[in-house]
Amino acid sequence: MNTPLRKVGMAMLVMVVLLLANATYIQVVKADDYRTDSRNARVLYDEFARRRGQIVSQANGEVLAKVDPSNDKYKYTRSYVDGPMYAPVTGYYSINYGSGGLERSEDDVLNGSDPRLFVRRLSDMVTGRDPSGGNVRLTIDPAVQKAAYDLMTQRNYTGAVVALEPKTGRILAMVSTPSYDPNKLASHTSKAQTDAWNSYVKDPKNPMLNRAISETYPPGSTFKLVTASAVLEDGKGPDTPVNPAPNTKLPGTSVTLENYAGEGCPGTTFKDALAHSCNVPFAEFAGQLGADKMKKTAANFGIGQTDLTVPMKVAPSTVGPLDSQGALYQSGIGQRDVRLTPLQDCLLAATVANGGMAMKPQLVQSVLAPDLSTIEDYSPTELTGTAALSSSNAAILKDMMIASEGFTKGGGKRADIQIASKTGTAEHGTDSKNTAPHAWYTAFAPANDPQIAVAVIVEDGGNRGLAATGGSVAAEIGRAAINAKLGGG
Amino acid sequence: MSQPAARAAEPLAAQFQTNPPRDVPTRRNTELVLLGFAAFIVTIALVLVEANQEQQLTWSIVWLGLAYLAIFAAAHLAVRKWAPYADPVLLPCVALLNGIGLVMIHRIDLALAERAAQNGKDYTPAVTAQVLFTVISLVFFVVVLVVVNDHRTLTRYGYTAGLVGIIALALPALLPSSLSEVNGAKVWLKLPGFSIQPGEFAKILLMIFFASFLVSKRDLFMVAGKKFLGVELPRARDLGPILIAAIACIGILVFEKDLGTSLLFFSVILMMLYVATERIIWVVLGLSFFVGGCVIAYNLFTHVQQRVANWLDPLATYDKLGGGYQIAQGLFGLGTGGIGGTGLGAGRPDMVPEANTDFITAAIGEELGFIGLAAVLMLYLLVAMRGMRSALAVRDTFGKLLGGGLAFTMVMQIFVVVGGVTKLIPETGITAPFLSKGGSSLLANYILVALLLRVSDAARRPAARPKPQPQQQAPIAEAHTVLVQRPPADGSAQG
Repeated sequence: MNTPLRKVGMAMLVMVVLLLANATYIQVVKADDYRTDSRNARVLYDEFARRRGQIVSQANGEVLAKVDPSNDKYKYTRSYVDGPMYAPVTGYYSINYGSGGLERSEDDVLNGSDPRLFVRRLSDMVTGRDPSGGNVRLTIDPAVQKAAYDLMTQRNYTGAVVALEPKTGRILAMVSTPSYDPNKLASHTSKAQTDAWNSYVKDPKNPMLNRAISETYPPGSTFKLVTASAVLEDGKGPDTPVNPAPNTKLPGTSVTLENYAGEGCPGTTFKDALAHSCNVPFAEFAGQLGADKMKKTAANFGIGQTDLTVPMKVAPSTVGPLDSQGALYQSGIGQRDVRLTPLQDCLLAATVANGGMAMKPQLVQSVLAPDLSTIEDYSPTELTGTAALSSSNAAILKDMMIASEGFTKGGGKRADIQIASKTGTAEHGTDSKNTAPHAWYTAFAPANDPQIAVAVIVEDGGNRGLAATGGSVAAEIGRAAINAKLGGG
Repeated sequence: MSQPAARAAEPLAAQFQTNPPRDVPTRRNTELVLLGFAAFIVTIALVLVEANQEQQLTWSIVWLGLAYLAIFAAAHLAVRKWAPYADPVLLPCVALLNGIGLVMIHRIDLALAERAAQNGKDYTPAVTAQVLFTVISLVFFVVVLVVVNDHRTLTRYGYTAGLVGIIALALPALLPSSLSEVNGAKVWLKLPGFSIQPGEFAKILLMIFFASFLVSKRDLFMVAGKKFLGVELPRARDLGPILIAAIACIGILVFEKDLGTSLLFFSVILMMLYVATERIIWVVLGLSFFVGGCVIAYNLFTHVQQRVANWLDPLATYDKLGGGYQIAQGLFGLGTGGIGGTGLGAGRPDMVPEANTDFITAAIGEELGFIGLAAVLMLYLLVAMRGMRSALAVRDTFGKLLGGGLAFTMVMQIFVVVGGVTKLIPETGITAPFLSKGGSSLLANYILVALLLRVSDAARRPAARPKPQPQQQAPIAEAHTVLVQRPPADGSAQG
């Protein structure tokens, strides 16, 4: 009996060796995969015990996200000053739900694992200090952000506001309403977190959606800036005569395309057509230019880029297939399959303001060490490298936009600030005639030395319903943002 | 069954006749020193947990360490008295595993209590009950050592043990769920005040049955029955009872969906059959049946398919109900622990569901790393190998079979547990002996170790000096006439 017993003993040895080999595979070979799996919340727990960096605004270094010491096992609580206002910028940082927005895209800097912070980490290790993360300085101008956010929430609008510095692409404001409070998600009380998260994700208004960069909308007439640029680049001047008819047939179909409210165009030149936002001329221009020229100009504005980050990922904007004359007609006025993010829409005005060159939008100004010394400054870069229109044509389009602003209603106008703008009233939905349109406003100011470009979208006409227009609903908010930047509020 | 023992004793006896017998060392002092070492490690582990969890460091930890030492010192004294020649390594290894288990359960208690506090709930620490179970188990351990003063007496109760074992196994399946189901596992016996898992005890009872049955029928197994495909099979009537018993208990367990325990039973029965018959063909046949059974089970039962899917890729079924969440969390913990671990009390073992029972080895792998997990595996291997050595050395076949079976059970249990947690085999959910929370498991495994100590005591005990041979009697017819003196009437012995 001893022989089989010895063999069983060998088998037992083999079994334990198998276990050891497998444990080696799991804990040594595959360890990093498991450790860094996004579902492994242990990493997050570790981070909560570390002093996470701050997120500060541009001008006076106003703190948007900071850490407060906490008495429980996590050591620090993330807290957001004006949480809902800055939520689309900062994102959230939650034990149960991970992170979003800038908190996620700049995570390496904020948690201190970024290689640029390596030397400091090394000294932390030697001195035995708790490792702390680097800080991020944003391009956000709190005054602009606040003006836009306050007005959007006062009016109870659903939508987004984006403001850019045209010459650099720095994002001055990024507002999305309705918003959510990231403080609740950063709570150390599990139940408070869960309740807040559930209420946000179940809210039909989707407050956690960053409408400024993650959602695309039909741009409506604001897209005429792209069509107009293509027309000017094609060699036509602002006095080119246009068809003032109240409507036109889409080629190859029996569908009519009409001007706003079915009226005839009050003017007969290209300039008048933009100022009064007549649809028929722009549809016909797009048809004459053809898909290639339209697409090329749109691409130079940045439309169609799929890998844009600010550093959060930006949803790609598109002009659609443009595969027929009818499609060209409708797309020329920003309908059919044209979809832009509010950020891209803001880039339209910013590009014109910058003499035709689109600058890459950026939200992070610089990366700072824990002691606030600058580690890296981001410099402005061109978005596409090719001008969307020449600087002389940009000047012409600017004048046309100044004229457009002259005909645009809505509050917030100030005599001392000259604005160049374009409104949009975008039909959408399956029954577009009976769905309240999206109200758009895209502008820059001062017209002669642009400091700020802004785009506003108010979904479903805000509080005006079917009668809403870009001018009556959105313009006021855009102007408020501009005034906040230029006129001190 | 006793004749091989007698034969084996002969050379020893012969040796003693040429060299006068010297005292065989009992190594009891070695055991005491090792126990002290185990107590030291456990105390240090407790200090580490408290320090990392930022609990108040108090003298109570030292008292806990000393209390632990006292409990096992009592067990040691019992071994010294009732099994003086027993293997000195077994008890300290078991004590260390038990201690590590207590520290880990306490550590997970701290985390769960904190979580409960955050959610505004109360939490009753599990470690208090576990300490109580340890004391009760050690009492039973001593009782077994005293009552079973010779493991061979167990053969008398072979069939009784088998019957009781089967009944114990079947009871939870027969009883209504209200009396037998805890957390979806219908393997309990809920008594007023406490619950037990009769399967844990059936494990030992059935092993006693199989060992005694196989030993008594051993010769019959050797008798060739029909030849089938060149394999000599024993006659069906010889094999009948064991096949019926085996099929019955595995069938019951499959019915109870207790796959881990049925895997354990199956392999132990197979191993004992192989050792008793010395024919590898049993293992081959058994494994073929096993594979066939697995294929059938996979096709019949959705919960088996689910287990297999979770095993193949727990991350893919992470979010599904009954999916790989638990295994994935265990793997995340093991991965985070890496080679050296996060340190006792500094990890997040409580994120794995059932961290203090089925997944306690994942908790150890996380906080003590691969090194700690390997050390724990080595402790089990040490216990099993020492047990196996005793089985080899013991002189009777019953002792060999029982000791071998007990030792193999120890390794098989840990293979199923750790294999399941580390994704070597599909997760089946049994407890890790001595480590996991749970009174039945602890008690049953202490009884198992008591029997193992009994076998090892028999193995190492020096053979009793041969009784002086009675004078060769001459045939009665040729015997001298001997004058027998009548005893005095008052009954007092005369000089």
